[in-house]
Parts: sequence; C-alpha cells; structure tokens
Amino acid sequence: MSRIYLDHNASTPVRPEVLEAILPYFADLYGNASSVHAFGQEAKGAMEEARAKVAALLNAAPGEIVFTSGGTESDNMGILGAARSLASKGRHVVVSAIEHDAVRHASDALEAEGFTVTRVAAAANGQVEPGAVAEALRDDTVLVSVMAANNETGVVQPSAEIGAVCASRGVAYHIDAVQAAGKLPIDVQAWQASFATITAHKFYGPKGAGALYVKRGLKPLQLQFGGEHERGRRAGTENVPAIVGLGVAAELAQKELASVPARIAALRDRLESALLARVPQIVIHGAGAPRVCNTSHVSFVGAEGEHLILTLDMKGIACSSGSACKAGSSHPSHVLLSMGVPAAIAQTAVRLSLGRCTTEAEIDRVIELIPPVVQKLRSASPTFAS
Amino acid sequence: MNPFAPREKATILVAMSGGVDSCVAAALLHRAGHTVIGVTMKLWCYSEGPSPARGCCTLEAIDDCRAVAHRIGFRHYVLDMEDDFREHVIENFVGEYMAGRTPNPCVQCNNWLKFGELLRRAESFGCDYVATGHYARRGVDGDGRATLHRAADPGKDQSYVLWGLSQAALAKAFFPLGAMTKEEVRAAARDLGLAVADKKESQDICFVEGKRYLDFLRLRYPERVAAAPSGEVRDAAGRPLARHEGIHAFTIGQRRGVNVAAGRRLYVSEIDPATAAVVVDDEAALYRRTARIHRVNYLSGAPPDGQIAGAAKIRYLHAAAPAVLRPGGPAALDGTTSAEVTFEEPQRAMTPGQSLVLYEGDRVVAGGLIEHAV
Repeated sequence: MSRIYLDHNASTPVRPEVLEAILPYFADLYGNASSVHAFGQEAKGAMEEARAKVAALLNAAPGEIVFTSGGTESDNMGILGAARSLASKGRHVVVSAIEHDAVRHASDALEAEGFTVTRVAAAANGQVEPGAVAEALRDDTVLVSVMAANNETGVVQPSAEIGAVCASRGVAYHIDAVQAAGKLPIDVQAWQASFATITAHKFYGPKGAGALYVKRGLKPLQLQFGGEHERGRRAGTENVPAIVGLGVAAELAQKELASVPARIAALRDRLESALLARVPQIVIHGAGAPRVCNTSHVSFVGAEGEHLILTLDMKGIACSSGSACKAGSSHPSHVLLSMGVPAAIAQTAVRLSLGRCTTEAEIDRVIELIPPVVQKLRSASPTFAS
Repeated sequence: MNPFAPREKATILVAMSGGVDSCVAAALLHRAGHTVIGVTMKLWCYSEGPSPARGCCTLEAIDDCRAVAHRIGFRHYVLDMEDDFREHVIENFVGEYMAGRTPNPCVQCNNWLKFGELLRRAESFGCDYVATGHYARRGVDGDGRATLHRAADPGKDQSYVLWGLSQAALAKAFFPLGAMTKEEVRAAARDLGLAVADKKESQDICFVEGKRYLDFLRLRYPERVAAAPSGEVRDAAGRPLARHEGIHAFTIGQRRGVNVAAGRRLYVSEIDPATAAVVVDDEAALYRRTARIHRVNYLSGAPPDGQIAGAAKIRYLHAAAPAVLRPGGPAALDGTTSAEVTFEEPQRAMTPGQSLVLYEGDRVVAGGLIEHAV
C-alpha cells in the first residue's frame, strides 16, 4: 500500500539537496565550531554561511541569528529569556490564546515566576486582532507574542499590524514563525519584530536545528549555561550538520517562495472544494481568513477526529488532529475553542497539511478515500443526525 | 493448534496495557499471520494529582507498547478513553463504595470499555476481533454460539472478570493466552525479545495504589467522603456499639477497622445504606447459602428455561462451590434481570457489589452482581 503524507505541519522530509549538504559534516568535517584549528574553522565557516542564509530568509542581519535546537527552544528563549531580560521594566506579558504549547507553556512558567500574563483570544476567523492586542497592553507590559501563522488552521496573523502596535508602545514583540517559514515571506523589519522563531524540519531541513532572530540591542537571558557559544547567547556545542541543513533549507525555501506555495495552494483548494462537494456538514476552519498555502483544518461534523485519523492511517493516509505534540489526546483544540468553535465540532477536526512533494494523484486518492470513511464513522456515531 | 483461533488472516485489534500478557498476545497474533492493530486505552491521567509510582496506563506503559509494536512490526495507537473510564468505571467505583457495596472495577472496565466502547471502535476500524491478554478461552457451541471458558492455567484464570460480555461481544472477542501458563507467556516474551518479559505483574486495581481504596476516595473525592453520613456500629440484636464515619469504609467480612472492644472477634455482617448502620457479628454469621443477584448476563444470549446447576464463584479468589441458579424471582431493585443462587454449602461473606459467576465445568454460563445475601 502506497502511503500518502499529509502532515507537513508536523514535520517534512529532508530534501535531497539538504541531505547532500549535511552528510560531509558527520564524518569528514566533524570539527567543533569553537576550536581554533583548521577542523574547527571548517565547521565555524559552514555555520556562518548558514547564518547568512537564515538571516536572508527573515530579512535580518546575520548577527541577529542565534542557532538553537529547534522551535521549542527558540520559543522558550523568546518568551522566558526575553521576559526575564526585560523584567526591570515591567512584569506583564501578552500572548495570543492560539499559540503553540512551546509558547503557551513557557508563558505559564513566567506566570509561576510572578509575571502576569494576558491571553488574547482569536476572532472567529482565526486571526488575532491587532486592536485586541492593543487593548491588552498595560503600562508594565514588556513582551507580546503572537505567531505568524497558526499550526492548526494555517491562518496567517496580521504580524505587521501587531508589530506596529507594539512598536508604538515600546513593547518587545516575539513572533513564532515556525509555520510561516517557506510558506510566506517573513520580514522581521517590516513586522517590527524583536524576536522570531523558526525551525528547520518544518521546511525540509533536519530536526534538531532552529533559530531565534534577536533584534540588535536585545539580549534575552540564557536558558542554559556553559561555554560562550553563539556569542554568549546560547551555550552548548553547535549541531553543525543540522545547522548546515537549516541554512540550505532556508536558501531553497526563499528561492522557491514565488513558485512552490502557489502550486501547493492550488492542490489544497482542489482538495477542499472536492470535500465540500462530496461530504455534507463539514466546516473548514479559518477559511474566512488568509491562510498558508498547505493547510486545511476540517471538521467532519459527527465523525470523531482522532478516530477518523486512525482509520485514515490504516488506509495509508497520514494526517493529524492538530499539534503533533498532543497526539493521543482527544481534548478539543485550544485554537478552535479560542475561535469560538463549539467543543463538539472542534472534537471532529482533522488537519491535512500538504507539502512540496504532494501530487495531484495523491490528492485525488484522498478525495476518493475520505467520504466513505466519514460516512461510516457518522453512521456509527450515536449523536450524529444527518 | 488452538481450536478457538480466529479464521485465517483476520484483522485483530489487541488491547495493550503495556504488561507482558497483552504484549505477548499481540505479538503472537502478529506472528500467526493476522493483521494486528495494537491499541492502548488512555484511561486515567495522574497529571492532576499525586502520582502513584505505578506502570499501568501511564505514558511509560504507552512507550512500552510502542516499543513492542515497533520490534514485532505492527501498528499501535493510543485511544483517549478517559471520559468513558471516568464515567463508567471510576464513578461506578466511587458510587458503589459510598452506597456500602464493594465494586469490582475490572468487571466494569471489561463490560463498558474493552468489550463496549473499544469493540465499537474496532468494528468501525474494520477489525474482525478484539483480543486481550486475559487468561480465558473462547469457544463455539453446537449451535454456533460463542462460549467462554476458564483458562488452561487454573492459577491464572480470569474468566471471572469477563462474565458481563454479551453474546455479540463474545463472538468478537479473542483471548490468545487462554491455553498458556504464565511461565509460557514469559518465555514467549523472551523468545520474541520483548523488553517487557520480566515486567512486574500488577494485581491491584490500576488506578488505586496498593489496596488502599480508602486513600483513593479521600484524596480524589474528598467532598463525597465528607458528605457521607456517619452511623452506628451495632451488634446483631441492634444494640449500638460505636459510631463510624461512613459506610464506604466497610466491606462484608471485614474485621479490621470495626473499632469495637468486645471479648470476641467481630466481623461486618451487614451494611444498611438506608440507615448507615453497620452490623457486626461472629464469623459464623457471615456464612449464607443464597445470594440474590441482579444485572444478570447469560452468556448464551438468553435466559435458560429452568434452573442451572453448576459451581459459582462469589469473588475473584473464591474457589467455585456447587450451586443452583434460578432465573427471575423478585425483581431486582434496579429493574435489571435478577436471579437467585443457592449454594450446597453456606459461603463466607457474599458481598453486595461483587460479581457472582456460575460455571458448568469450565464454561461460564451466567454472571451477575450480588445484591444481597439471604
């Protein structure tokens, strides 16, 4: 049975160009980037090349890029490290209610440290309104965190507008741009960001490498202690192969921004219109707002989401109910609840996220497979009346 | 060859707890050529309270199952069934104790979860059977109906906790370990290279640490415990001997905790939920010949025409004793099917809330919950 992967928001395959670039850094160019000798210099040079490529993807300067182990660490540094560094100015933080757990739980941790956290709900269309963020600001607010694109719905957030609100009030602004990278242009200048998170494995790079954009002049407190890596901003020997991969992936993503997302969006739209035509009572979350090209978050009302996902997996289609980090739990999504979606409908949500290798034939097969599975689950549901 | 084995190349959902039994059950079915889908039910989350240092149902158990599935080569999923578990097992457990009865949550879990909701989900996944690591055997009678039998290993037999399966559920149930001894299962686990081969056995209730159900009630349901009416401890003649803090702390036959100074050993012989009275008496008073049972299930799918003679067990570790079951009689208090079971010899401490299971030879023919001993 050939398998169809529609969970690119969870992770993506490492693309061949990236894999090829990484491989020499395991057994041949294995130096420690902090070493003074030739081996060290090779590693350091490769890392700096990657830094420039990542900076270009974000429209930042290379010196503003800190390499991390991935999205969670970057988000933690951008929330915990950032807020702690600003605590002398105030101890109030604003986050949106639709953030990834890496931001949500980091802000919970801030609360435990004595910060006050205000959580701003999304509007029904899945967007966090700049006005709602402005209203949440207080005199002692030091940090705002609103993602660039939501991992579940794919809804693109008004980053530039929120950035303008923050800039006008002199508040630092963290953007979790994990789901935006490779799907839409990220511009930390235009968005007036203070911090921005990306991770390689969401755009065809390897797991284990990410970056935090840190605007020049800011210095989030370190989360771990050790050597003077990353100019004292992040201790720990750099994962050079993965960082090289991150760099190549960033370069390719930027190069393809004008072509690939549009092609993926066409497939996604084809999928959605076919599902709408063939399956009654479905809700496409965030459809009223701009969305990233590849994401479709659909509730098949009356067909329990987790159940549908397992059934589809048995038929070779890999998708998820939302965040991969919550698999095995069928609690309704906090993102959908924040948008005002009733729990019973949120419970039936399935996220289909396409990728650069998704084919038309695969989408056609998915269009054939989903309707009968949904119908079967609905007929078994005691609560569904069609 | 196991005569009860499913037909060739069935698709079987195997309920996996992470223990050696269910892991071996899944692995053996896969090795026998069936399509195995391993499922761990997420039943009880300790994250919101003090966590007992136990394995069952925890995230570590899920990892153990996934490691076995990966090694052997079948799929494994986690199904979040916490709501079902809370509603049908935990609530029942708490409610029964608060009403002065002694529940068996494993029976409740088998009836509502494993062979209820899980079986329904298995059917919608297109599975032919639900298998578990229970030590019991399933067979077929002359009329083609599914039958339930004791396991080959009498020391491990778990057919007692499976009495509540409907005929339809039994037809879809499969117990791959029914013909094996525990030692054979452990040996099979070692042969298969499973890391769980020597995992410690859990005998207790999976959500209660040790045997301390009272601690569980006090910790998790403090308001229910606080609201329990206090009552009298009386002797058989109705004379008050002491006060107690609530009938949930008592089980028929119990000696400890009675807190009565008497010149002789006294045991709880009756609990009256209506007045919260606990009656204590000599051990001889615990012996009764007849039990009224309710929620009666006849595994054949229909009540018998007349009485059934067999041997009945009144608790998990009870040696089955000769008895006769008569269907019907006075209606059960809760309106379910009732029956009366009379033993040849009086039995000690027939306890309301516990299961009574009637066997004909090694075959389970009926079961029900003890309502009252007469």
